[in-house]
Amino acid sequence: MTAELIIPNEPKDDDVVIHHRTWKDYFTFSTDHKVIGIQYFVTGFIFYIIGGLLAEAIRTELATPDADLVDPSTYNSMFTMHGTIMIFLWIVPAGTGAFANYLLPLMIGARDMAFPKLNAVAFWIIPPTGLLLILSFFLGPAQAGWTSYPPLSLLTGKVGEGIWIMTLLLLGTSSILGGINFFTTILKMRVPSMSMMQMPLFCWAMLATSLLMLIATPVLAGALILLSFDLIAGTAFFNPVGGGEPVVYQHMFWFYSHPAVYIMVLPFFGVISEVIPVHCRKPIFGYGAIAYSSMVISFLGLIVWAHHMFTSGTPPWLRMFFMITTMVIAVPTGIKIFGWLATMWGGKITLNSPMLFAMGFISTFVIGGITGVMLAAVPFDIHVHDTYFVVAHLHYVLFGGSVFGIYTGIYHWFPKVTGRHINDTWGKIHFVLTYVGFNVTFLPMHVLGLQGMPRRIAMYAPEFQGLNQVCTYGSYVLAISTVPFLVNAIYCAYKGDKAGSNPWNALTLDWQTTSPPEIENFEVLPVLTTGPYDYGDTTEVEESPEVLTTTGG
Amino acid sequence: MPTVLFRDRATTRTRVITTDPDPLSLIPHPLNMQGSISDQTQINIETVAHDSHHEAHPDHRIFGLIVFLVAEGMIFLGLFIAYLAFRSMAPEWPPAGTPKLELLLPGVNTVVLIASSLVIHQADTAIKKNDVKGLQLWFGLTALMGILFLGGQLYEYSHLEFGLRTNLFASTFYVLTGFHGLHVTVGVLLILSVLWRSMKSEHYGTNNHFGVEAAEIYWHFVDVIWIILFILLYLL
Repeated sequence: MTAELIIPNEPKDDDVVIHHRTWKDYFTFSTDHKVIGIQYFVTGFIFYIIGGLLAEAIRTELATPDADLVDPSTYNSMFTMHGTIMIFLWIVPAGTGAFANYLLPLMIGARDMAFPKLNAVAFWIIPPTGLLLILSFFLGPAQAGWTSYPPLSLLTGKVGEGIWIMTLLLLGTSSILGGINFFTTILKMRVPSMSMMQMPLFCWAMLATSLLMLIATPVLAGALILLSFDLIAGTAFFNPVGGGEPVVYQHMFWFYSHPAVYIMVLPFFGVISEVIPVHCRKPIFGYGAIAYSSMVISFLGLIVWAHHMFTSGTPPWLRMFFMITTMVIAVPTGIKIFGWLATMWGGKITLNSPMLFAMGFISTFVIGGITGVMLAAVPFDIHVHDTYFVVAHLHYVLFGGSVFGIYTGIYHWFPKVTGRHINDTWGKIHFVLTYVGFNVTFLPMHVLGLQGMPRRIAMYAPEFQGLNQVCTYGSYVLAISTVPFLVNAIYCAYKGDKAGSNPWNALTLDWQTTSPPEIENFEVLPVLTTGPYDYGDTTEVEESPEVLTTTGG
Repeated sequence: MPTVLFRDRATTRTRVITTDPDPLSLIPHPLNMQGSISDQTQINIETVAHDSHHEAHPDHRIFGLIVFLVAEGMIFLGLFIAYLAFRSMAPEWPPAGTPKLELLLPGVNTVVLIASSLVIHQADTAIKKNDVKGLQLWFGLTALMGILFLGGQLYEYSHLEFGLRTNLFASTFYVLTGFHGLHVTVGVLLILSVLWRSMKSEHYGTNNHFGVEAAEIYWHFVDVIWIILFILLYLL
């Protein structure tokens, strides 16, 4: 079949001048959301590599039961840095910063975000802050894990702990500023013809995410302000020695950090909802259900935090409440999963790299979700608390979910961002290596956890060595899997085949402009001619001047 | 091969989207789950497009400010709830031996701050009538009242008989009031910067007074936070 697509915004040879960005633009205080999106992604990816190298060092250390690669306190600071970098400098900036910045204005037909300068400020907080955090690694790093529970965090690595708190306050500020921008942009900047229920589902996901960023992140800031007083001024908010209550910190911390899980995964629910209909050539199943389930997840995400604290002396009635709300969250999540599966059912599935990663996302995220429901059950949680079962669960959610989601988005929007195709064969090789490496690394951890191997220690009992070595080999495969991606992406960004404006024949507005989009996105503001997912609509219409819209139900 | 044709009034260029010749999608079939999306096909075309490359960036700053203040309010809410948690977990509150808080000075301070919220609103009314002199008068007065409040608070700090580290109550007292005081300081600086800008002729006017409005909204926010804080720390 021939796919001829003449788009209103396609430039004619002489009537439109396309402004191309040069590499220098990416080192400036640019207010263009597309530049900022790429700045976020590249910065995030650099930190991903740093955090990944730390992970490889951790796995290498764990290949043997003894602490023979690094000493235990260095090991403590390594997993502290690994967690902090991966969460706050990679997944949050890549998901909310990169994807939302690049895509939101394009998807809703806006020329930029609502507050372009604020956007640039939010980004430029991140690189110096990240460098500061890495610097702290050489100045007596924090050792209390990414949760930084007092009183442990008040006793070990004080200099690093102070820097850690400052880093998180700054990154939290960046996140709040981003949230203000996304929230306002989605609500106020849509093209006049687009109602809320005609937005692409990624916008719904980002609306839910931005609400969480705005409501939950400030509470973490409050906790960190009190913690910094304990650390620097010698108060005792959270220090039992001076009559303080460490559990209050845990409540405040998890009031942010549980929603943070949804901040890290909701954008990718959105990405998957965009990718699957395009590559299955079918309308999304249950648009309204998927849209509203994002909002429900956002709301429920705010009232489940204490399931991280079942062993912190939480009273039984409170445990019961949080157990039930946590389990209920599986319902809106399941609605999305089944929506995606029903979309794929009977569709014309193209098994290209974005679709493979999307399917990888669904399969691994389901495993992470199910172990999440298991962990929500109080008796089971008490049994496996602080074991490798939790490590396996969180990596299935944050790697199997978020990172697979990031790769899905990258392969899907690569032609949009660069105007060129990324090599699909190498994309598939990348997928296979990532998928195999990921599962070999993290699947055995479930077993280790059930057998009772505690997390966050450099040494373990010798009987765990066999499975730990499997994990370590898996992690090497995972590390190697990044190489074909990087080479492929960098090579194809300059030398790949020209993709044209809309290589996937997608219907959302982001594809209805040039690739890469010109500055200010659209030559003329687009008009909606179809819903975002009206694929496979076969209504045939004769061409006549009177017919404006040809989509029939 | 089924095709869908669009004619786009804005550009009068023809747009052809080729869709999949998928036989499944032609027949209503339980496996062909498209029903849920059928609403989406009812979208009307509106011709919004003009030669509009130079339109002004839409101004949503007030909305953005309010969203920001919601986030800012969440920091305070977090601290308030932490305070209540500390309070509920302590056997005695304030802990035995804590000197009682004096009510007179903070009471006067509260009245000053609430009154300043009414005063700053007069500035908004003035600038809507294009009265820059009125704006300057009322903003100057608000700034003075803010400074008075801050001075009162510093005076109170210097006369209290407990320090930051005396006990948990003392620590929460200083951190909460101090964090609020920081916001009052920012508010005063905002008001002063609006005053500074209003010296430029025609900077603010009937239709152009975002700075005035923003400073006012922020000031009301600081005021509301203080009322809650006052009730929590002094009255409860």
